Amino acid sequence: MVVDRQPKVMTGTYFKNGNWGIVEGAIASGIAEFFAYPISPASEVVEYISIRLPAVGGKAAFIVEDEIASINMCIGASWAGSKVMTTTSGPGFSLKQEGIGLAFMSETPMVIVNVQRGGPATGLPTFSAQGDYMQVQFGTHGDYSAIALTPWTVQECFDLTIKAFNISEQLRTPVILLADGEVSRMMEEITIPEEKEIEVLHRKTPPKGTDKSNFNQFDARNEPDLVPPMAHYGDGYKIFGTGLTHKISGVPHLDEDLHIKLMGRLFKKIEINKHLYPEPEYHFVDDAEVVIVATGIVARSAMEAILEAREKGIKAGLMRLITVWPFPEEAVEKLAQKAKLIVAEMSMGQLIWPVERFARKKCKLVTRIGGTPPTPKKILEAIEEEAK
Amino acid sequence: MAAKDLEIDTSTLVKKPKKTLQHTHDNLLRKIAIPTIYCPGCGIGTTINAFLEAITKYTIVPHDNILVVSGIGCSGRASGYVNLDGFHALHGRAIPFASGVEIARPKMKPVIISGDGDLFSIGLGHLAHAARRNIDMTVICVNNAIYGLTGGQDAPTTPVGAKSRTTPYGKISFPFNLSHVAIANGATFCARYTVYEFIQLAKAIGRGMTHQGFSFIEVISNCHVNFGRRNNLGDSIAMRKMFKKVRVPMKEEDIGLDIRKTDIKYEVGKGFTRIPTGIFLNERDKPEEFSERIIDAYEFNK
Amino acid sequence: MEVHQHPEKKHYIVTDETRCKGCGLCIEFCPKNCLGFSDVLNEKGWRVSKMHRMKDCIKCYMCERMCPDFAIFVDESDVPKKK
Repeated sequence: MVVDRQPKVMTGTYFKNGNWGIVEGAIASGIAEFFAYPISPASEVVEYISIRLPAVGGKAAFIVEDEIASINMCIGASWAGSKVMTTTSGPGFSLKQEGIGLAFMSETPMVIVNVQRGGPATGLPTFSAQGDYMQVQFGTHGDYSAIALTPWTVQECFDLTIKAFNISEQLRTPVILLADGEVSRMMEEITIPEEKEIEVLHRKTPPKGTDKSNFNQFDARNEPDLVPPMAHYGDGYKIFGTGLTHKISGVPHLDEDLHIKLMGRLFKKIEINKHLYPEPEYHFVDDAEVVIVATGIVARSAMEAILEAREKGIKAGLMRLITVWPFPEEAVEKLAQKAKLIVAEMSMGQLIWPVERFARKKCKLVTRIGGTPPTPKKILEAIEEEAK
Repeated sequence: MAAKDLEIDTSTLVKKPKKTLQHTHDNLLRKIAIPTIYCPGCGIGTTINAFLEAITKYTIVPHDNILVVSGIGCSGRASGYVNLDGFHALHGRAIPFASGVEIARPKMKPVIISGDGDLFSIGLGHLAHAARRNIDMTVICVNNAIYGLTGGQDAPTTPVGAKSRTTPYGKISFPFNLSHVAIANGATFCARYTVYEFIQLAKAIGRGMTHQGFSFIEVISNCHVNFGRRNNLGDSIAMRKMFKKVRVPMKEEDIGLDIRKTDIKYEVGKGFTRIPTGIFLNERDKPEEFSERIIDAYEFNK
Repeated sequence: MEVHQHPEKKHYIVTDETRCKGCGLCIEFCPKNCLGFSDVLNEKGWRVSKMHRMKDCIKCYMCERMCPDFAIFVDESDVPKKK
């Protein structure tokens, strides 16, 4: 099969949709393999990366037998030294949960894109929704600490995909890009910078001269960021990985103290590297009396409402969360002390749980389900009500 | 005459050996994990032994390129006992993991040592697709006809009439013929041996690993604790003697297209009455294996 | 570790009582009935496999191949090489 070679970074300005941005971000980060199962509204990612990946000299993108196989193949390819990504939507994300737990436990860097759609079950395909916030953090069984980023523009689909790859490589943990159906299919302007302007990071590998016969794959004792260097298959390190509670060598050992120590490090690793995650974005909050907390497409609707409220003389502002998990606790707590908070989202109310918990007070909830975000008018009504 | 009736000869005992003697495969074992968790006399230990014998004697694959993956179950622990690159994957997901490694690094040779429940119950979908793609991997399926680790529930390989913890009056549904399933889905090398036939098994594993493409080796093993005990088949010695008695060596030519000839027969009360063993398929004009096909798939337009 | 050396063939049979679980497979499948159980228990409480009559051993490797626990093996390092 003859393929026209394409540049790795398509520098320039385009009028494209969010799924296109996700693919370009992944290619610019140096993705080597891609395994997924088609599911709308994420199928466009699979279609487009199948054209792009062979054309930049990578391996082909693969449609595999099911969602479970796709995440396990990603874990395998990541342990063999590749940057990998998989994309899915709500139902597929539920199927991947056990694999996400394994990726966390075995400290496997990878990116999982979840383009949210209406649920539960088959739900409302392929309408947009924001109902997977809680599933991302609490979906897999046992203790788990997630990292999830949410884009609100096509430009951010590109930027945050690169960011997600960098965080996952630096921390050796799965990172979830939590787009919604609306952002991923919406067309708007996107600017891709020069290749040298894009920061691409790679995982830590064992330093040269490491004793190969006595290497510990999970040894973070000398690492200030608690991230152990990762050896790959075929390099002679004889590494062993497991989803069981393991010693630093990877050999399973079922022991209470060891489990406490291991889970403590995995959680602390996510916690102490907070500076890597994007901070929330603030609009007009300095003098605001009412602040809307929203993400993704709903934040765009809220922005419109805030501009209208400002025209009417109501001091309203917007706090857009980019990193949803780990939840920006301090930022919400600080903001709640000086303003009233309204949570706007496209579910029956999920984001409001952590917001109310860290705001330490009741917050107003504006929601709309069924595939359409809450309208600016509805949000404006809520602002007016709160501002009284 | 049994050995215990004779007196013990201690004249040959070497009290202080001049050097430390160690097992032939000791440097391939992860010694901190030994002794194994297996019950005394378990066939999985023998299978691991045969695998180590195969990679030292009967195949030319360098040890650095071998990856041992296993799923969940008693045989799932196998990858942890072998001092090679390894991974202990999720239940049933050993094959997708190994496929990912093989696609990312074609020089690796994944060997999957896992059980019948893991590969043919929860993971059957993945096995079928790996065989269809002809991914370059060797699957060693330890078939003990029962779910051993969880305490003896009936597996998809439990024969009709056999008793287990969840079929106390006898199993009703029909079992899989694992080799049949693998060949039907496109495996290009297929063999079956019992744990009694150690050398043949080791040679078959070696041939399977040298073979380019999806190779499947079924090992009939004894779970005397959960299967043998409930069906009056005795301990590990009695079960292995039964394998010795009922095995029927078969060749590729004997079977031809009628793969039904390889069916295992079981009679209630008597145990296994017929276990055909041998190399059932060795496809010589085989299609290219998957990672080679990927490499050759695209060429750039100049 | 209990080491026995054949007086003429010079090979060793080593039984490792720390690994043995006393399943008896090597004892049963030894074609020359060389092996038997020990009188004393090992630290896990098993009656382990023990070489009873090394002189009968024919170096067939049956014990090593049958053993699931890597507890018995043949060592040929001191066997004089055939000319």
